[in-house]
Amino acid sequence: MSVLVRIPTQLRAATDGAATADVDGATVGDALDALCARFGPLRERIIEDGSLRRFVNVYLDGEDVRFLDGLDTPVAGAGELTILPAVAGG
Amino acid sequence: MPPESLRCKECREPYPLDARYVCERCFGPLEVAYAPRDGAGPDTLRRRIQAGPQTLWRYSDFLPVTGAPRGGLPTGCTPLVRADRLAERLGLGELWVKNEAHNPTHSFKDRVVSVGLARAAELGFETLACASTGNLANAVAAHAAAAGLRSFVFIPADLEEQKILGTGIFGTTLVGVRGSYDDVNRLCTELSGERPWAFVNVNLRPYYAEGSKTLAYETVEDLGWRLPDRVVAPVASGSLFTKIARGFEEWIACGLVEGPVPVFNGAQAEGCAPVAQAFAAGRDVCRPVRPDTIAKSLAIGNPADGPYALDLARRTGGGIDAVSDDEIRAGVRLLAETTGIFTETAGGVTIATLAKLAARGEIDRDERVVAYVTGDGLKTIDIARGTFETHVIDASLDAFEATVPEAVAA
Repeated sequence: MSVLVRIPTQLRAATDGAATADVDGATVGDALDALCARFGPLRERIIEDGSLRRFVNVYLDGEDVRFLDGLDTPVAGAGELTILPAVAGG
Repeated sequence: MPPESLRCKECREPYPLDARYVCERCFGPLEVAYAPRDGAGPDTLRRRIQAGPQTLWRYSDFLPVTGAPRGGLPTGCTPLVRADRLAERLGLGELWVKNEAHNPTHSFKDRVVSVGLARAAELGFETLACASTGNLANAVAAHAAAAGLRSFVFIPADLEEQKILGTGIFGTTLVGVRGSYDDVNRLCTELSGERPWAFVNVNLRPYYAEGSKTLAYETVEDLGWRLPDRVVAPVASGSLFTKIARGFEEWIACGLVEGPVPVFNGAQAEGCAPVAQAFAAGRDVCRPVRPDTIAKSLAIGNPADGPYALDLARRTGGGIDAVSDDEIRAGVRLLAETTGIFTETAGGVTIATLAKLAARGEIDRDERVVAYVTGDGLKTIDIARGTFETHVIDASLDAFEATVPEAVAA
């Protein structure tokens, strides 16, 4: 199962400038693992102790994955996974 | 106290003072770090403040700008009103209400936009933008118009009509997004990476947020260079709440005022209470919620500064409470009846929370309490509808006395 991941500008230093990437995975967690496997420096920036850092938001087709099943959310049928900083707004 | 760098609140990594808001190492929020003071003691600082203008730029020594900008909409120096009749109703002693409706677009957002715009101009931006629950929309549109900048304002499409009309009139490009504020915020976070615009509460957020410190400075000045014992303030993203505390802490640190940091009580609406829920559950992070409340200006389901608001409430011995929509309406009414101040629903959240704390006996009678009323009731006027009767009569004495019961008693 392939899904398109949108990478925010703040992480593109860790992805050789790539703004998007196609990765394989059955769940959101699998897809992020595949992304981190491709771009090594990414993992420590967004993952801490096996879960998402607290200021990282991940959206599946615009929906915050915390309203779904978090990292266990299946990506089947989804179009895009978007990683964004959580510290905006207000 | 010149600004020195941006610094990550989590891992302390420093960054240059440009348009950025996220730590590239750990994704934590950036805030402005200031250089150590150049030997100016409290007396000198106090004199400089007192010689300054009757706007928030009197505090420019403590703001992240190179100098106070010329022109612009005069903001700040709003009234701190002694609220004896409200105190009496609630069984409190010394109670003050900071009335932010006196700002140019009638909410505290004029403060943060003043500072965000000043920094945006210093950085050479020509377009201002924001994601807003309404008050910020008004402020960005107005301040951009005053400065002659282009602006793009993004709001949830279902906002109160007063806030939409009071934004579009300034000639901004207004975009109503189908969805919640959190959807608007996500869109603007994505856009800020793609457009060369100053999103005041995204890529300019570290500077913008500093504007809320001036609420603390004015409070101290108006109390005769004294601190409150307790603060009650609304929590949406948690930025206002935590920056008021930072303002007090900075002035305590540089000797402008003496005493402990006040107890901080945060106020949320039950229909959007991710921070109050985390506080009650003993968690140090917030789970996002889908907002459903009449307090739309506080309807942020995914609060950026939630963890810091929780930490502040806990370390000062305060708390974060939530109140129902009916309690919010009653809070607006109570403030209006006892002080003559008509606040919007967010102010109703604050006053209802104050009333709840008082009813629980959490506030001693000898405490000096300041409640921050952050916006104007005319912006959420619908909640007043149906709450009273207008006596419609012919223009005659008989009709008046026959129809209006109060006419006989008076």
